Amino acid sequence: MAQKTTTVVIEGEMTIANVGLTREQLLEALGSGCSVEVDLSRVNEFDSAGLQLMIAARREATLHEVPLHFFGHSSAVRNVLQLCALSDQFDVAAVTAAT
Amino acid sequence: MNLDDALQLFIIEARELLEEMEEALLRVEQTPDDVETINAIFRAAHTIKGSAGLFGLDHIVAFTHIAESVLVRVRNGELKIDSPLVATFLAVRDHIGSLINLLECGAEPDDKVRHVAQQLTERLRAYVGNSLPATIQTTAPPAVQAVEAPQEDGVGTDHWHLSLRFNATVLQSGLDPLAMIGYLTSFGEIAQIVTLIELVPPLSELDPEASYLGYEIRFRTDADKAKIESAFEFVREDAQISILPPHSKIADYLRLIDEMPDDDLKLGEILVRCGTLTESELAASLNRQAGNDTAPAPKIGEVLVDQKLVQPKVVEAALDKQKQAKERSGGETGLIRVNADKLDEHINMIGELIIASAGVNLLAQQHGLPNLLEAAARLSRLVEEVRDSALTLRMVQIGATFNRFNRVVRDVSADLGKDIRLEIAGAETELDKTVVEKIGDPLTHLVRNSMDHGIEHAELRVARGKPAYGTVRLNAYHDSGSIVIEVSDDGGGLNRERILAKARERGLVKNDQHLSDQDIYNLIFEAGFSTADQVSNLSGRGVGMDVVRKNITALRGAVEIESNEGYGTTTRIRLPLTLAIIDGFLVGVSRATYVVPLDMVVECVELTADESEAAHGSDYLNLRGEVLPYIRLRQLFNVQDGDSDVLAESEDDDELALPASAASSGTALLTAEGAAALAADPELAFLLHPVKRENVVVVQYAGHRAGLVVDRLMGEFQTVIRPLGTVFGGLDGISGFTILGDGNVAMILDIPGLVRRLARHEPGRRAQLAAAAAVSD
Repeated sequence: MAQKTTTVVIEGEMTIANVGLTREQLLEALGSGCSVEVDLSRVNEFDSAGLQLMIAARREATLHEVPLHFFGHSSAVRNVLQLCALSDQFDVAAVTAAT
Repeated sequence: MNLDDALQLFIIEARELLEEMEEALLRVEQTPDDVETINAIFRAAHTIKGSAGLFGLDHIVAFTHIAESVLVRVRNGELKIDSPLVATFLAVRDHIGSLINLLECGAEPDDKVRHVAQQLTERLRAYVGNSLPATIQTTAPPAVQAVEAPQEDGVGTDHWHLSLRFNATVLQSGLDPLAMIGYLTSFGEIAQIVTLIELVPPLSELDPEASYLGYEIRFRTDADKAKIESAFEFVREDAQISILPPHSKIADYLRLIDEMPDDDLKLGEILVRCGTLTESELAASLNRQAGNDTAPAPKIGEVLVDQKLVQPKVVEAALDKQKQAKERSGGETGLIRVNADKLDEHINMIGELIIASAGVNLLAQQHGLPNLLEAAARLSRLVEEVRDSALTLRMVQIGATFNRFNRVVRDVSADLGKDIRLEIAGAETELDKTVVEKIGDPLTHLVRNSMDHGIEHAELRVARGKPAYGTVRLNAYHDSGSIVIEVSDDGGGLNRERILAKARERGLVKNDQHLSDQDIYNLIFEAGFSTADQVSNLSGRGVGMDVVRKNITALRGAVEIESNEGYGTTTRIRLPLTLAIIDGFLVGVSRATYVVPLDMVVECVELTADESEAAHGSDYLNLRGEVLPYIRLRQLFNVQDGDSDVLAESEDDDELALPASAASSGTALLTAEGAAALAADPELAFLLHPVKRENVVVVQYAGHRAGLVVDRLMGEFQTVIRPLGTVFGGLDGISGFTILGDGNVAMILDIPGLVRRLARHEPGRRAQLAAAAAVSD
């Protein structure tokens, strides 16, 4: 089956405030049968809930063998991943190399 | 409990700790090797530092921290306690005290305070030297030690280890663990962090608002534990936070591994990943843990010592600490802090209860039902007990106040260059808390005066054949309804002639006026009596003494001086035991009822017409050979005879129960003129009432006795003191009023005032009495 790609763009906050909606968005994408690209370049706020969402999405993707990539990490996202020493698990290196 | 309340509690607690600290400092100066006392000082500093950290009071934490470092050296025996060190620490204690005071007012330390802090810090630093112990000073981690030795009792790392597990709800409470970790980086460096993501479920099962993440952090910082804790202040309820200091014992990590909900082995690995533990350390601890599990539960301390993991000394210290913690919590359960207002309200209510119960008693007596009488009697007995126990709630021992003077005496004697010792007696004497609070200042004044002007310099003392060191003595005891507080010194005493000369110069005393010693000494209480131009041992004696007297009078007390030239001076403060409820003795004059504080009543005697006549209106009575001045209440308060109203009910007559008609008809026979004359001269009225018997209530105050002539003795009565309103404030001879069971008002007699008044005229009157006696002969 030819892999189509769905891109999810997360805009603005990726925090406890809108985490429910973002989760729906990601779930839908992951269920679409396409490989999923998540654009994080427009995330200007990122907290624990956002981080958990990324981790959970990765887990879900692995479970259903759906390719999942995060790209364009904004500085808000990068800072958190760095703080938690999770950068290498969430494709930050690629981003930093690219920018 | 909101933060303000907690802060208030901190302030109270800090003050108590500072007091303990001061006490311990003064004690340790005498016994420099007393480990217990040194520990007490350390504990006080340590606790203040810890609590201040919780509130983010960095300046207090920083300052106490240095003090604590010095104390650690003392505790380890590296520093000897000596006078300069104690002096430094007293200054430190004062400075912390002023920081706390500033905190209470919500003010920031000003330049002066900061300057003091800086000076003290430098003084302290001199003691610390370069060898700050690692446990306290984290700024300069003794790297050599750490690298050299994965010592037996500590792991090699010089980092803090933080284990953070948050409850699922933490995000919903609006808190973000990441923000807290971010905050950590503001005062330290995260050397290594392991984010525990294993608990995060797949997206489809994710509750996006729950928290799943945990963190293991290896953290390098110069801050102390309290500071690190402060990062997690708001989630303490919502998280499991474990903070292990650098070089923690393996046992601590073991406990951490045990406590955390994760798989043991896994957490161990995480610790290794964090770099907190080395592989070998982990292997060792897990082995040991397994070993402990199978062992027949030996005491953990013993195991650790057996395995040479920790030195016995460390275990001892740990056990000691546990014991202290236990004792502390024991003390906390034994005492409750109660708002003083609530207590006052309680006592007011009991006052009302007493009045109500008196009403019940009265009714019972009127109705005369035996059952009711019995019940009423039981009720009033119980009420009396409740009253007593309620009053003791407000009573505190004066010891704490006295002990404060150890410091005053120490400081002032150092200032003056005199060797002065303080003796304390009667520290367990109890008195009302309000009084205790207000007596501190006057006492300080008196003690300072005694030291400054009373006690001579060593040479003079030796020349006078006294020991070279002077003694100031504080004493307290109960005496007929009052508490007496004495401040005495064995100094030079007051110079009677000099005071008299000075008083004459100032026109306070006329040249031909003769005064008793007592009167002369009392002159020093006159406002502005003493001025700076005065010389030698008299100078200053009077400065502020008028304020002392004013303060004491405000407490319904009195102050007197006893002095023996060359041998010392005693200042005696006499205060009422309680300010609210007393046992009273009811007396009646005509229709009016008065209350005499029962504690001051010595005896009651009958005043026969013969004796009254023998006195010849001189108001002196021969009481078993003693001269007893007396005063007629009828005269004093100008009581009109109730019987002048012919239709008056006979109830107010005394127990002799003369037929009312007889008594009143006697008056009724008088002409209008006669009645007026009677009213103008109660003495005459009395003589014209030959059948009426009078009683004398003998009262005693401050060593003087006096008699009060009354019509009736009505027995004991629990008296709730109500203050007189300002309108009646100036009334002579009355100190308050109370409400009787039948709703009537009774005046409380100001016995101290009355006795003083009578005593003052004693010498003059005595001569008069002698003269009168001579005439009658």
